[in-house]
Amino acid sequence: MTAGRRVPRSATLVAGCVLAGLVLAVAVVSFFWLPFPPDDTSGDRLMPPGLPHLIGTDKLGRDLLTQLMIGARVALEAGAGSVLIGAVVGLAAGLAAGFATRWLDDTVSALLDILIAFPTVLLAMLVTAARDASLGSAVIAIGLAMSAIVARLTRVLVKRVLAQDFITASRTSGTSWPRIVVEHVLPNIWPTLSVNLALQFGLAVLAEASLSYLGLGAPPPNASWGRMLQEAQASVFIAPAGVIAPGVLIVVLVVGVNLIADGVRDVADPTRRRTR
Amino acid sequence: MTLLTVAGLHVRGPEGRDLVSDVSFTLGAGERLGLIGESGSGKSMTALAITGLTPPGLTVSGSVVFDTPGLDRGLDRIEVVGAGERRLTSLRGRLTSTVFQEPLTALDPLMRVGRQVAEPLRRRRGLRGRALHAAVTAALEEVRLADPERIARAYPHEISGGQRQRVAIAMALACDPALLIADEPTTALDVTVQADVLTLLDGLVEERGMALLFISHDLAVVSRIAERVIVLKDGVAVESGSVGEVVNAPRHPYTRELVGSARRLDGALDSAIDGAIDGRTP
Repeated sequence: MTAGRRVPRSATLVAGCVLAGLVLAVAVVSFFWLPFPPDDTSGDRLMPPGLPHLIGTDKLGRDLLTQLMIGARVALEAGAGSVLIGAVVGLAAGLAAGFATRWLDDTVSALLDILIAFPTVLLAMLVTAARDASLGSAVIAIGLAMSAIVARLTRVLVKRVLAQDFITASRTSGTSWPRIVVEHVLPNIWPTLSVNLALQFGLAVLAEASLSYLGLGAPPPNASWGRMLQEAQASVFIAPAGVIAPGVLIVVLVVGVNLIADGVRDVADPTRRRTR
Repeated sequence: MTLLTVAGLHVRGPEGRDLVSDVSFTLGAGERLGLIGESGSGKSMTALAITGLTPPGLTVSGSVVFDTPGLDRGLDRIEVVGAGERRLTSLRGRLTSTVFQEPLTALDPLMRVGRQVAEPLRRRRGLRGRALHAAVTAALEEVRLADPERIARAYPHEISGGQRQRVAIAMALACDPALLIADEPTTALDVTVQADVLTLLDGLVEERGMALLFISHDLAVVSRIAERVIVLKDGVAVESGSVGEVVNAPRHPYTRELVGSARRLDGALDSAIDGAIDGRTP
């Protein structure tokens, strides 16, 4: 077993990257080119797939493909934004709790349990009430809810790493705490944490779709897949494409991200590579 | 010259029970002291107290003083008990470093071996880049590891137990401490590898004139490497003296038991060998 710089191959990682990459490509293209302007209602209402509207139109005569492409952008922004907030806030709180004395640790843990028990939708409504109904509000709400979960996981992982001999060994040779965190603690919690963050990305996409469905997400004309579902709900039997298309895209993105999470686990942890 | 003076060392657990009680000894520069006792006798706790690394919740009292002229800005005597964490961190590695029992858990599983050895070299000797790389290779060669370049690139799980312990020794020596603490360094190894690692440790400590605190439950191993020995039982030092005195004329019942069982094992081995020579079934 040589320790070269091989990039380990993982079928799940490749499959996940293809699915999520598809959505990413669509989102990138949407910045440069759209089949129709997003607020163009010149088409007939509820047209079936065909030309010039490839997937059809919604009840206002807007092009569905255009909306789906913008929706991809919104979904990725929601996922990335929430994970960024969740990772930064959660990691900081989790590290603090992991290193804290008993008393502080218990307090932080109790707060985290309360935050986790709090429904994301309720949190989103509160944030929306305090700010406005926008993608930003949704992302903040989802990110905060996520940070509690990330913090709790980080806390446990940190405690487990700190109990290991190599931390003591490192301290006996005079390594300072900040250096131990950067060199030993973070790399050792990263394999588990990164998998969790990838899963959280998928959950954030779903959460944003749910919030938009409830009208708590990005306002029109910024199409979100969740709001497209809600708008097409009444006409599902007349024009099923309006429901099927955003539904399928949500599944593609979430499944793709989950496959990436699985693949990352195999790649991020060198002690697991040997079994491949 | 005295390097370390431990006087009236107590380590008290959270329930008020003494894990180590009233242990006192001195250790000269370059001297080798064995600390022997069964598991739970307070051997490792004594070692942790010397480095100021007792787990939170335990209270340490007594005094642990290092006499190291010129090591720390003209300050000759360094008291470890009660010293601040920041100050201890800057002293650890220079005063002491430790080789632990289980080399698999004492090495970071996710860091290549070379980087782990490089860390103390970088900090202590201020080496960077190519010079650091050369120093890592030299450090691995010094512990008689064949193919140090390959070992440096490996993760701990990719090398054998004996190789891992050699890496751990290289890491501890890279700090260039005045006192090396070896906490059961051969217990987790095969018997044949044990002998090699002992010989290696013996030679390296000799070469560098380091003091050695060797902790073990194995009387045979300790008597091979140490000059003096302290026997711990339930946190109390029940006997101390030169290895010859303790092995030949044990005074405390526990020590007698220890010597006796070591003899019995030896005797069993001898009779098995005799039996084989005589052609009888052993």
